[in-house]
Amino acid sequence: MSKRFIYQDQDRCIGCLACEIHCKTENDVPVGIRLSRIVPSGPTMIDDVPRMSFVFMGCFHCSEPLCVEACPTGAMIQRQADGIVYVDSDACVGCRECIEACPCSCPQYNEDTGKVTKCDYCKDRIDAGLKPACVTGCTTGALYWTE
Amino acid sequence: MNSTKTIYSICGMCTVRCPIAIEVKDGAIKHIWGNPHLLGGFNLCARGAAGKAFEYDNERPQYPMLRVGQRGSGQWKRVSWQEALDYISTRLDEIKGQYGPQAICLSDRGGPNTDLQKTFIAAIGSPNYFNHHATCSNSVHNAHISVAGYARNAVSYDYKHCKYLVLYGRNMLESLGTAESRNVIDMIGAGGKMIYIDVRYNYTAAKAAKFYIINPATDYALNLALINVIVNEDLYDHEFVQRWVIGLDELRHFVAPYTPQWAQQETGIGSGEITTMAREAAKASPAVIFHPGWMTAWGSNDFYLRRTIYTLNALLGSYEARGGLVINKTPADVGIRLRSLATQVPRPGGERFDGCGTRYKHLGAQWGLGQLLPEAILNETPYPIKAYIAMRHDPLASMPDPEAFKVALDRLALLVCIDVNYSETAWFSDCILPECTFLERTDHVIAQNGLSPRLLLRRQAVKPRFDSRPRWYIFRELAKRMGVGQSFPYDSIEELIAWQLQGTGLTIEDFDHTGCVELTSQPLWFDRRDGLRFNTPSGRLELISSTLEGASVASFIPFDRPEAIPNGLFRLVTSKVAVHTQGRTTSNIAILNELVSENQLWINTGRAMELAIKDGDDVEVSVEGFSGRITARLTDLIHRDVVFMLHGFGDSVAVRSRSFNRGVSDVRLQRGLLRLTVGGNCPLTECLVAVRPI
Repeated sequence: MSKRFIYQDQDRCIGCLACEIHCKTENDVPVGIRLSRIVPSGPTMIDDVPRMSFVFMGCFHCSEPLCVEACPTGAMIQRQADGIVYVDSDACVGCRECIEACPCSCPQYNEDTGKVTKCDYCKDRIDAGLKPACVTGCTTGALYWTE
Repeated sequence: MNSTKTIYSICGMCTVRCPIAIEVKDGAIKHIWGNPHLLGGFNLCARGAAGKAFEYDNERPQYPMLRVGQRGSGQWKRVSWQEALDYISTRLDEIKGQYGPQAICLSDRGGPNTDLQKTFIAAIGSPNYFNHHATCSNSVHNAHISVAGYARNAVSYDYKHCKYLVLYGRNMLESLGTAESRNVIDMIGAGGKMIYIDVRYNYTAAKAAKFYIINPATDYALNLALINVIVNEDLYDHEFVQRWVIGLDELRHFVAPYTPQWAQQETGIGSGEITTMAREAAKASPAVIFHPGWMTAWGSNDFYLRRTIYTLNALLGSYEARGGLVINKTPADVGIRLRSLATQVPRPGGERFDGCGTRYKHLGAQWGLGQLLPEAILNETPYPIKAYIAMRHDPLASMPDPEAFKVALDRLALLVCIDVNYSETAWFSDCILPECTFLERTDHVIAQNGLSPRLLLRRQAVKPRFDSRPRWYIFRELAKRMGVGQSFPYDSIEELIAWQLQGTGLTIEDFDHTGCVELTSQPLWFDRRDGLRFNTPSGRLELISSTLEGASVASFIPFDRPEAIPNGLFRLVTSKVAVHTQGRTTSNIAILNELVSENQLWINTGRAMELAIKDGDDVEVSVEGFSGRITARLTDLIHRDVVFMLHGFGDSVAVRSRSFNRGVSDVRLQRGLLRLTVGGNCPLTECLVAVRPI
């Protein structure tokens, strides 16, 4: 696992999908690709109230990432310093082996560029001392960038 | 050029108008965030964040267009601004000469940025300004005027400190504003209780402490019973009521028959639950909010429902209480006078086309009655209406029964739309003037009234991508051409802002660092004992309203059980979803459309099974004269008599390729509902539809 991760407070999440749009906007992700995703579940009746849960799904940045192992060109990289898994676009040849290897299909193929893209926790923002766009823009402050 | 900068501004993706921080890199939008100086963080809803996608979308008007074919045929020619403005002003002058200035009317969507268009229509001598509130908040505005002498938005809600929040179909966590939804989540986290009442479940219900599916159109009965308990059990705030409320005795007498047991029969909510709700609200008072609602164009007697909501707030003393309804303070309250163009122009005399202030003395002319426009055009009563300017307002997408509206609009000599989108009305118009987007223009300074009044400014972040113009230019140019240019004494927006700020000691640069100018260092509270001000004739909260009585409108009316729905039909109810609250602005944006591209028809599982409809089936939903095909979504959590769909779908403008023909238009189903009710609203939930499997 990455040293830092995104924690979601279910009590605060309202399923508004702002995280997804902040992600797409920050990373110029085209239609058809969703690097982060809210998966609504419910309603389930609990004490006579129909409760929803909204599961935030991004990349898990695994400690032993299968996508990195599967990549034939070394384009899928895990940073030593913090464990963030990202794609070096220049090295990616778009073979999609990583997509096959990932049990969660986190890497996704961008038809426009012919390369793979995935959640990198907005590492440029992280390196600048900021938080991922989804965390920063979340309407209700339900996402936390945490150690 | 290689630079990154942040520009503080005001969002334009919906009518909440959140304060934003726009990151601009190399002259292009990089990201739109919430303004942390005003929101306490960079939080911003999905629609606001999608402002970047909106800006870089090409499926919006790109230059002035004059119609060359039949109305609605989609045949246009590109013209210059000079040509378009000359064309419009010449036609308007002709109409004014032949029929008088009142033959010209103008509408917008209301809100704080209305000064320019109000100035223009008044300067040319017409009293006929109205906004979209006939299908939004007329009933709640007019109800609050009758109780407190204030528009709805003269108070704000101290959610963060609220202990008990009651929402009637106010789907606050989906039809959302960024700060409001976050504050309500904070409130719940701090132990506050949210009670949610609706005819169907939604994401707001999912966060509630209690959720009740109420029989449709019986919220008024619930409130009469709540008042009954509060009065009979002596739960009201005696000190506050004695000082500030008129009409308690009459109210007590009136609600006597409306017991919780009676209300249980009408609403379907248990009498014990109703009694508990009243007691809990009283116990939490005055940190209580009975929310009056946002879009309240529901039923024929909606006005009285809204009056009882304000009555509950009055009885529990939640006005000007921490955690309650806070009376908004204005710049004038701290000695700042922000100048307004509209106040410099004499208010045109003469009767309005809709009768506000004359035939309908209790209904506010500041909102008007847009649903009466078709009738006024067709019957030429009280006089002919020949020209209509729709300023960022789309009656053919938002008013019920657009086909009926269209018949009237087609009788006009001139129909002009100023918009950033191809609205339904624009597509039917004679001329489209593309306004610069909210990211491409600076608007005049506006006041944000509240506990801490402040001044805000929408600022241009990027150059216009197309041949569009800002509104300050459009109305000044039209005014100049029509000989009333003196009402727009400026040559640039900077000059207008400097004029507005004259005497305040402020300049436009004062908005640079945070996007606003705070006018107080401390929140301003009026003294609850002696310092409250209500704009009613008595200066108090009037449960018996002298204004209403003067207009021969009753202060109380008995609860009238809604008529039984004829066998097999359903009542159509609509609402919004977080990615599309303003259908026309958001539905065709690629990254929002990707998330929700069409509406579905929610139907009660039991009723659906009786009709042999399964979840995911395509069904036909119809009224006489219109039908649509839509996917059914079955749920137990909707009232048996109700079907539900999201508002704003079924786009008929083909150049909007993503939203065109997707889903079903709710307004097309709302036939015959261009009706005036006692609160000034259209009764949109009185739409009865048939549903059958295909």
